[in-house]
Amino acid sequence: MAIAKRSRTQLATQRFEYAPAPESTDHVKIEKRYDLFIGGRMVKAHSQKRFPTINPATEEKLSEVVEADAVDVDRAVKAASKAFDSWSRIGPSRRARYLFRISRILQERARELAVVETMDGGKPIKESRDVDIPLSAAHFFYYAGWADKLEWAFPNVKPRPIGVAGQVIPWNFPLLMLAWKIAPALAAGNTVVLKPAETTPLSAMLFADICMQAELPDGVVNILTGAGKTGSLVVSHPGVRKVAFTGSTEVGKSIQRSLAGTGKRLTLELGGKAANIVFEDAPLDAAVEGIVNGIYFNQGHVCCAGSRLLVQESIFEPLLEKLKIRLNTLRLGDPLDKNTDIGAINSKAQLEKIAGLVESGIEEGAELYQPECKLPERGYWFPPTLFTNVSQSYRIAREEIFGPVLSVLTFRTPDEAVEKANNTPYGLSAGVWTDKGSRILWMAERMRAGVVWANTFNRFDPTSPFGGYKESGYGREGGLHGLMSYLELN
Amino acid sequence: MRGVRSVDQVGAEERAASLAKRSIKKASKLWALDLAIRCMDLTTLEGMDTPGKIAALCAKGIRPKPGDPTIPSVAAICVYPARVADAREHLGSSGVHVASVATAFPSGQTFLSLKIDETQQAVAAGADEVDMVIDRGAFLSGDYQKVYDEIVAVKEACGDAHLKVILETGELGTYDSVRRASILAMAAGADFIKTSTGKVQPAATLPVSLVMMEAIRDFVRETGRPVGFKPAGGIRTSKQAIAYLVVLYETLGPEWMTPERFRLGASSLLNDVLMQIEKENSGAYQSLDYFTID
Repeated sequence: MAIAKRSRTQLATQRFEYAPAPESTDHVKIEKRYDLFIGGRMVKAHSQKRFPTINPATEEKLSEVVEADAVDVDRAVKAASKAFDSWSRIGPSRRARYLFRISRILQERARELAVVETMDGGKPIKESRDVDIPLSAAHFFYYAGWADKLEWAFPNVKPRPIGVAGQVIPWNFPLLMLAWKIAPALAAGNTVVLKPAETTPLSAMLFADICMQAELPDGVVNILTGAGKTGSLVVSHPGVRKVAFTGSTEVGKSIQRSLAGTGKRLTLELGGKAANIVFEDAPLDAAVEGIVNGIYFNQGHVCCAGSRLLVQESIFEPLLEKLKIRLNTLRLGDPLDKNTDIGAINSKAQLEKIAGLVESGIEEGAELYQPECKLPERGYWFPPTLFTNVSQSYRIAREEIFGPVLSVLTFRTPDEAVEKANNTPYGLSAGVWTDKGSRILWMAERMRAGVVWANTFNRFDPTSPFGGYKESGYGREGGLHGLMSYLELN
Repeated sequence: MRGVRSVDQVGAEERAASLAKRSIKKASKLWALDLAIRCMDLTTLEGMDTPGKIAALCAKGIRPKPGDPTIPSVAAICVYPARVADAREHLGSSGVHVASVATAFPSGQTFLSLKIDETQQAVAAGADEVDMVIDRGAFLSGDYQKVYDEIVAVKEACGDAHLKVILETGELGTYDSVRRASILAMAAGADFIKTSTGKVQPAATLPVSLVMMEAIRDFVRETGRPVGFKPAGGIRTSKQAIAYLVVLYETLGPEWMTPERFRLGASSLLNDVLMQIEKENSGAYQSLDYFTID
């Protein structure tokens, strides 16, 4: 046995550690520069302005894209208008066929898309691989099924497409938001001009390639890169009949103002400050997972993130202890590593905003907790953070942080939970954790939120409508409801 | 017992599945495989077990790979009570423990006096660890007191021997019951809680193990007394064994990664672990002929 003992001392210095398991980027080809996708082809832009898109985990430049100007926008809208004539008239089952084809290609190219999404946006590969890309494909698949059944879905109203849809999407789920916008629009017979976010244009550029690969008729989908200016040119172009925007409440309000009197249809999916409510009878370990998933998923860059944790006072201590232990097992680092739980913050500007709000939380008197966590030297990073001793009036409990920052508050009775949860200008989502089925229904009836999750959080499905109350916007995406915004139903 | 906090099935299964995707490689993998051997309860529980079979198993347990002194011994040899004396004889002073199943394994359906007697005889014959089964009939009929009293009585009969309490999770039906039975067994004095006998399907699964480990974590928080965990049944590959170690690491932490607090009950896992170690060291898989079949 002496011999066996020697091996033990040799191995004693070794610790149980997860090995780096980086996803290979060899199979991904990112062009040095991208043009605009107009009329079914990549075309040279009129605009001479270009800007870089960088990898937020390394601060390295990945590519350069165009900042499309008014002439480019006009060209794209004209191409979409031209395509609308034929696209809205081809047989619905043929439209379905194109959507099924896109869905299949998304699945075939899933790995490539996941890697690009992670490189361009900073999100962990396990999320882009397991959530973003499969859900994007599922969305196209789902709406492909509706394309030839619109008359059944909306009987006696003769549903008709609207025209050219101008769509502006955010940087937190670039490809998924693109799918949420394009799939229902196309299924209903509209054509689109889409502008991806300025920090994450690459998956949309890959999608342009997928449209060509699917031989989608020219001009049905047009993609223009750019920043806020380009976005406002798209939504204000007179040829656009329908505007769909996902992003901040501030920009949403300004779009709504600018569209007043134009007769354009508008749907908005804006910010949120969701309450995640844990009752004393909840399955605590599952609740801890749900809380972590609710706020640290995608570094908290989620409009429906459960950023306010409302805990029944009787279980505050055990829950918080479990939560802190769990935070210490979160792995922050290289987003391309399959073991990574928390990736990079999407941009420098966002990092500064998060840091500023966290600073305000400390100043206002909240107690900060962060697990020991080494941040990489390059790139934009923020450790998972939680605040206790938070009052309803603190900025961190009112404003959308859009980062991995959780504010913990307590309540005593279900009525108080409802009151506190609804006491926000937002109303996108909410979570309820309890073992009691009747209480879930009781709560769901009273929550002023578009989505109420019970004993889970951040769960999405193409069949389920998603959208907000109050300043979180209006209109629904997903499900049958998602088609209504893209159809004339009168 | 009915007041024990509930478990969310969907949440537990998702969490277990996400942990199974962690990547363990090279030095860490070697360390994990070494630990898997050190924590292994090498088991034979067959009607056809003979002194000869026990002798072979003991030899394998003491020195899993003849000619390779870097491979450690297993934690224990796990046998039926009637074979305890054989195992004790062959293990001698090797440091490998003798574990005996007891209390009318695997069903537990006999009289308490016989269970106590069986336990005492097994210990007298040289078992220093006892793997008892709970009375699932009593548990499922809601007679938690009976289950509790039996565990207390068997624990007393064990004397200095360590008591592992088998819940037979495959017969309990829900994770809520698994959690309840875990708390019950720990409160009654179990040194270890163990998933299964290996005679019922499903045996050990990752989510069931996660639920039991979470119960241990809560119990330790309440009482300060650490309790060990033993998954058993159906763990045949290194990959599975490592998945259990990952869940253990993330749920109970590094302090549980020792044979004093973690065991893997297995009859056919050892050769696969040896093969993987050989592969990590040499870079190539060896023929099965190089591994002894015992």
